[in-house]
Amino acid sequence: MSPVLDAVFWVLAVISVAAGIAVFRVDSMARATYALAVSFVAVGAILLLLNLEYIGVITILMMVMEMAVMAIFMIMFMGMNPALMPMSMVHNKVGSLVLALGVFVVLAGGALLVDWPARRGEPAGDLTRSLGEAVMGSKMLVMLTVSPLLFATLVAALVLATPRGRYDRFGDDLRAATPRGPGEQGDQA
Amino acid sequence: MTLDTVLVIAAALFSVGVYGALSQQVVVMVMMGLELMLNGVILAAAGLWWFLAPAPDGQVLLLVVIAAMTVEMAMGFAVATLLNRSRKSDMTDMATDLSG
Repeated sequence: MSPVLDAVFWVLAVISVAAGIAVFRVDSMARATYALAVSFVAVGAILLLLNLEYIGVITILMMVMEMAVMAIFMIMFMGMNPALMPMSMVHNKVGSLVLALGVFVVLAGGALLVDWPARRGEPAGDLTRSLGEAVMGSKMLVMLTVSPLLFATLVAALVLATPRGRYDRFGDDLRAATPRGPGEQGDQA
Repeated sequence: MTLDTVLVIAAALFSVGVYGALSQQVVVMVMMGLELMLNGVILAAAGLWWFLAPAPDGQVLLLVVIAAMTVEMAMGFAVATLLNRSRKSDMTDMATDLSG
């Protein structure tokens, strides 16, 4: 790797970790959201340096959109302007810090002490094309498993989030002739 | 950029996420900690893929991790909505007991 790309990697690495730390250091949730988005964008750019064009780009696009959704949820639930309201809502700060440092020492120690084997094989000429061929070929079962999992997640999330279930609409014995609307007599939501 | 440096950076991201997931009281902030942990996992997997075995299989694994992030986000927001509706709170400390 050229010295320029090496320098770019280190800049992105420092930004990703510093932004990650800032998520839990800044005094508002909106700033925390932006910091997390910056961390993800930096990691996505490192993925681009590793020639993972497709994965890097979808990481950046997905995480930027996710942070936007997260900001909306914070405004909904906090009932305040999250950009202006200072906050510090933590518990067991010292214990968490000790555990996090311990995790870092174990993981980084393992990364540095393990005698990693030499690289096997060479990357394909067009990595995005090779990924598409793998997904539509030998690794199709993976995608066939992930697809119903994502659909099940959609259903489960809706079931959890909806305020009115079938018992609210059809009564405890589920025998009501017509479903009850929100706020009607017998509606328990 | 070497495999060691990529893995150390990934370990740092994962550890910051561990701190956030353990220390934060607001559900959405706990989710941010989990996201940072998965961010580290993605970086580590990408580094291992590129420096050890750059076959297409590794990219498929990364897609699975990204799908896991999506599931985590969707279920996290659903639980946050449920918690807010049932307890009028978005704090984990207000959801330490079972009810109903």
